[in-house]
Amino acid sequence: MRLDPRLPIPRNESLLLGAIGFFAFLGLWSGIAASGFVPRSFLPAPWEVADRFTHLLTNTFAGFTLPQHLASSFGRYAMGFGLAAVIGIPLGLMMGWFRWLDDMVTPVFDALRFIAPIAWVPFAALWFGTGIGGPIMIIFSGAFPPCVINAYRGARYVERHLIEAAEMLGTRSFRMITEVLLPASIPSIVAGLRVAAGLGWQSLVGAELIVASSGVGYMMVQGQSAVSTTTVVAGMVAIGIIGVLIDVALRAFERGVRRARGLD
Amino acid sequence: MSGIRFDAVRRIYGHEGRGIVTLDGVDLAIADREFVAIVGPSGCGKTTCLRMVAGFDRPTSGSVKVDDVVVGGPSPERAVVFQQFALFPWKNVFDNIAFGLRNKGVAEAERRERIAHYIKLMGLAGYETAFPHQLSGGMQQRVAIARAYALDPVVLLMDEPFGALDAQTRVVMQEELVRLSRVNPRTVLFITHGVEEAIYLADRVAIMTRRPGRIKEIVNVKPIRTSENWDQHAKIEDVMDLPSFVHLRTHIWKSLREEKGVEGA
Repeated sequence: MRLDPRLPIPRNESLLLGAIGFFAFLGLWSGIAASGFVPRSFLPAPWEVADRFTHLLTNTFAGFTLPQHLASSFGRYAMGFGLAAVIGIPLGLMMGWFRWLDDMVTPVFDALRFIAPIAWVPFAALWFGTGIGGPIMIIFSGAFPPCVINAYRGARYVERHLIEAAEMLGTRSFRMITEVLLPASIPSIVAGLRVAAGLGWQSLVGAELIVASSGVGYMMVQGQSAVSTTTVVAGMVAIGIIGVLIDVALRAFERGVRRARGLD
Repeated sequence: MSGIRFDAVRRIYGHEGRGIVTLDGVDLAIADREFVAIVGPSGCGKTTCLRMVAGFDRPTSGSVKVDDVVVGGPSPERAVVFQQFALFPWKNVFDNIAFGLRNKGVAEAERRERIAHYIKLMGLAGYETAFPHQLSGGMQQRVAIARAYALDPVVLLMDEPFGALDAQTRVVMQEELVRLSRVNPRTVLFITHGVEEAIYLADRVAIMTRRPGRIKEIVNVKPIRTSENWDQHAKIEDVMDLPSFVHLRTHIWKSLREEKGVEGA
C-alpha cells in the first residue's frame, strides 16, 4: 500500500494505472449500453462504435472515408495553427521588447481573447466562406492567444543579466529579438504551442460542425442528421486519437528543446 | 584621455523624500590603463557604481563620465564581466564571443582572428563549439572575459567576477587576470568584497563606507607592488605572504571593520 500520495510512481506502474482507468471507463460504458436502461440509439455500445469506425476507414460517408475527412481537417488545422504561430510568436516577442507596442496591443488583445473561437463562426463564414478560409480563421482564433501570450511572457522574463549583456555587446532591437529574446523564450513558446495545438484542434471540430463541406466535424453533423450515433462517436474517437498524437509529438519536441538547452 | 570619473554621485532609490540613499557623494577618478578595485561592506552600493559606468543605472545627481563624456546607456566601449557570467546558453563559446563583434560590424576575417586570439589567451582552445552548460563555472567566466576583451573596449568593468567560483578556480583566475592585465593593460573597474583579491589585482584600492556609500579611502598599491617586486612571484599565495602585502591587508581590513555592513560584513 502506498502511504505517501505524493511519492513518485515507477513508469510501468504508472502505465498499468492508466490502463486500469481506461478499461474501467470502457467497462462502465459497455455495462450501461448492454443493460438496456438507455436505448441503443441514444448510447451506442463500444463494439458497435468499433465496427462503425473500421467500416468508415474504407467506406465513404458524407462524401469521403474517415481518413479522407481527417486529412481534410488536418490540412485546415495545420494552416490555421501555422498561421497563428507565424504571426503570434513574433507579435508576442515584439510586445515583450517594445513597451509602446505592449501598451497599444494588450487592451485590444485581452478584450478579444475571451471570445470563444466558435463565436467567430458567423463572421468566419461571411468573410472567408465555408470551404477552407472560414475554418482556418476559427482555428487561428483558438490557437493565436497562447502563441502570443507565451512568446510575450518568455520575452518579458528573460534573465535581466542576459539582456544587459546583450546591450553591453551593442545589440540593436532586431537582433535582440531574433538572437536573444526568441532563443531565450523557446521553452515558454513551445509550451504555448502545445496549448495552442490543443485549443486549435478543439476549435477546428467546432468550426466544422457548422462551416465546412468535408472534415471530421462535418462527418459528425451528417451522422447526426442521419441519426447514426455510431458515426458521431466514431468521429469523437478519431478526434481524440489525433489530439493525443499531436500532443505526444509536441511533447517530444518540447523535451528535445529542453534537453538541447541543458534544462533537463 | 580615457578614464573613468565619478563626480559627487548620489543615487536615491524610490520616491523623492522617502527614497533610500544608496550612494551619497562618490568622487573617484580612474586614470587611463589603471586598474582600480572597489571594496566595501555588503549593500554599500559598490555594484551600483559599476552599473552606472556600464550605463545600466544613472545617478540621481552628480555625473559619471568616461573619456570626459557623460555615460548615456550601455555600449561595447564599456565591456562588463558579470558575476553570473551572463553567457547566452543557446550560443556556443565561439558564437558567444562573436556576438558583440558582429554587432560592431567587424569583418568576418578579422572577427575570426580576434576570437582565435582570445580563445587561445584564455585557455579555451578546443572548446569553441561547447555550450555554456557543458562548461565549469571557471571555464564559463573565461569565456565571459574573452568576450569582454575581444570587444577591445575603452574600459573593462568586472562585477565580482570570481565571486561565484570555488576557491581553487578563483585563485587560478586571479593569477590569469594579473598576467592578462600586466601584458595588456586596460582601464579596469573591479568590484569585490575580497580584500586580498583587490590588493593582488589592483593598482589602487578604493574603500567604501557602509550605506549610504561614499569613497572612504584610496590605498595606492602599485608603488608598493613595484618596489617590492610582487610580480616576480607567479603564485598568489607567495605574494600574500610578503610583509608588504600583509601590511596592506591589515590596514584595509581595519578600515572595513569600522564600517559594519548592512549584513555585518
